[in-house]
Amino acid sequence: MKDLIEIRWHGRGGQGAKTASLLLADAAFNTGKYIQGFPEYGPERMGAPITAYNRISNQPITIHSNIYEPDYVVVVDDTLLESVDVTAGLKETGGVIINTTKDEAYLKKVLKGYAGPIYTIDARKVSMETLGKYFPNTPMLAAIVKVSGVMTDQELLDDMKGSFKHKFAKKPEVIEPNMKALEIALQEVRKI
Amino acid sequence: MSIRERLSGNEAAAIAMKQINPDVVAAFPITPSTEIPQYFSTFVNNGAVDTEFVAVESEHSAMSACVGAEAAGGRAMTATSANGLSYMWEMIYIASSMRLPIVMSLVNRAVSGPLNIHNDHSDAMGVRDAGWIMLFSENNQEAYDNLIMAHQIAEHKDVLLPLMVCQDGFITSHSIENIELIEDDKVKEFVGKYTPEHYLLNAKEPIAMGPLDLQAYLFEHKKQQAEAMRHAKQVILDVSSKFEEMTGRHYSFFEEYKLEDAEIAIICMNSTAGTTKFVVDQLREKGIKAGLLKVRVFRPFPAEEIANALAHLKAVAVLDKADSLNAIGGALYTDVTSSMYVNSKQVPCVNYIYGIGGRDTKANEIEAVFHDLEEIANTGKIENPYRYMGLRG
Repeated sequence: MKDLIEIRWHGRGGQGAKTASLLLADAAFNTGKYIQGFPEYGPERMGAPITAYNRISNQPITIHSNIYEPDYVVVVDDTLLESVDVTAGLKETGGVIINTTKDEAYLKKVLKGYAGPIYTIDARKVSMETLGKYFPNTPMLAAIVKVSGVMTDQELLDDMKGSFKHKFAKKPEVIEPNMKALEIALQEVRKI
Repeated sequence: MSIRERLSGNEAAAIAMKQINPDVVAAFPITPSTEIPQYFSTFVNNGAVDTEFVAVESEHSAMSACVGAEAAGGRAMTATSANGLSYMWEMIYIASSMRLPIVMSLVNRAVSGPLNIHNDHSDAMGVRDAGWIMLFSENNQEAYDNLIMAHQIAEHKDVLLPLMVCQDGFITSHSIENIELIEDDKVKEFVGKYTPEHYLLNAKEPIAMGPLDLQAYLFEHKKQQAEAMRHAKQVILDVSSKFEEMTGRHYSFFEEYKLEDAEIAIICMNSTAGTTKFVVDQLREKGIKAGLLKVRVFRPFPAEEIANALAHLKAVAVLDKADSLNAIGGALYTDVTSSMYVNSKQVPCVNYIYGIGGRDTKANEIEAVFHDLEEIANTGKIENPYRYMGLRG
């Protein structure tokens, strides 16, 4: 892993993009990294476009600006693709990871000539099959870990097991489905 | 062994308050500091602290309750931001003039209007002459460390002044980052027990506090406040060195980052100092001798020390995250330049107002300031010393 990885999340209020960025920060922290996880606060309301950020490094991180030239972009909701310039500043050495079932031609068109790698995952399908509800953030967390390699699959699974046990102490029945969602998403994310 | 954690700046402040376990916390929620009393009230509810939590109906009452608690002989804390601090205004002066070492966590936010909830330093700059010690924090770690040191500074018999610990709203208050926490028992020992010499609930010494103070004495009392602020300088250094013995983390009036052999430097406070360090490192790789002076102690202002630290430079830029709207420049700039003048240090010095109302401060903007400084260093000329960074044209 290179020394500083910068990730930008695009989602809609209520979908858990901010939570996913904090979970990623947590998991990376638990593998010994220096981390930042922060949302860009605006007038928050359900469904409005939101942005969240991660920095992950082996060294202490001092920079405190938003991220303008990310290594990776995660798009939690593909309805944003036509209204938000999600690949703005995105490095072509990194990639964009999109929760979508749309085809390659459509994605290339809306990404306006972004020449770096494009990854897709149907987080809705993964979430519905495992959790029975639409919570895209767990599959998207697995997808960004897989693509960016900020930690190994096993490190993610081991760490999230602990987090879920803590987070869902009062709802233990959802721990296994969430773990399953991570496992499937690690396999399902595809480069197009 | 310290505890490796990851916390937001607000969480860090709340944890510090939990470890300090003050007698009274009085607060009214306001963005972006709301989480501090919110988290703290759960500590009260869970029995993690034995603090009396006063859920007041306004910030004026929050500071009034702190004044009452501290005058009674207790240790009182609060947290606020922006208009909350504005609403405390009257009591801010009462607290310092009654020599009550109240500690406040101020999560910096733009003061209205027009209404804005994001970060700048206009709230802190509005109370810079109110007789409070003011410490600024680059990140969650410094917000935490400054709070742990706060009571030892404020309550010292040569000081007895209230103290506020500032950090940047949202930028650090809502960002999760690594932090090293100190064990509870070590904090308890470091902060110690508060034993005021004079207090209202001392039955053996009935006193009045805050009575009418007219022509005969107010002047002398103000002189005593000013004297206490001067004494605070040595106490801050002493407490910081004691803190360094405990944690290994060094604090002084300011941090000099690659300043010693620098030719050009930026002076700023809070989170922008971190971004500036990132830029300084990049410029150093290109052979540009850039440096940073990050002000931690803004009140008392370490005038002579700052003037000496800057004396060898060829050009200096002071970044102010609040515009004083005075046709001269921001508060930090005017303090730095007058420090240079009275200490007979001549260095070209330029001011940039930046980051107002949460305008994000980018690394390339800071880099551009350094390039401006290179030009000033070469020509020795400053066309306009009162400038803006990140303002749309």
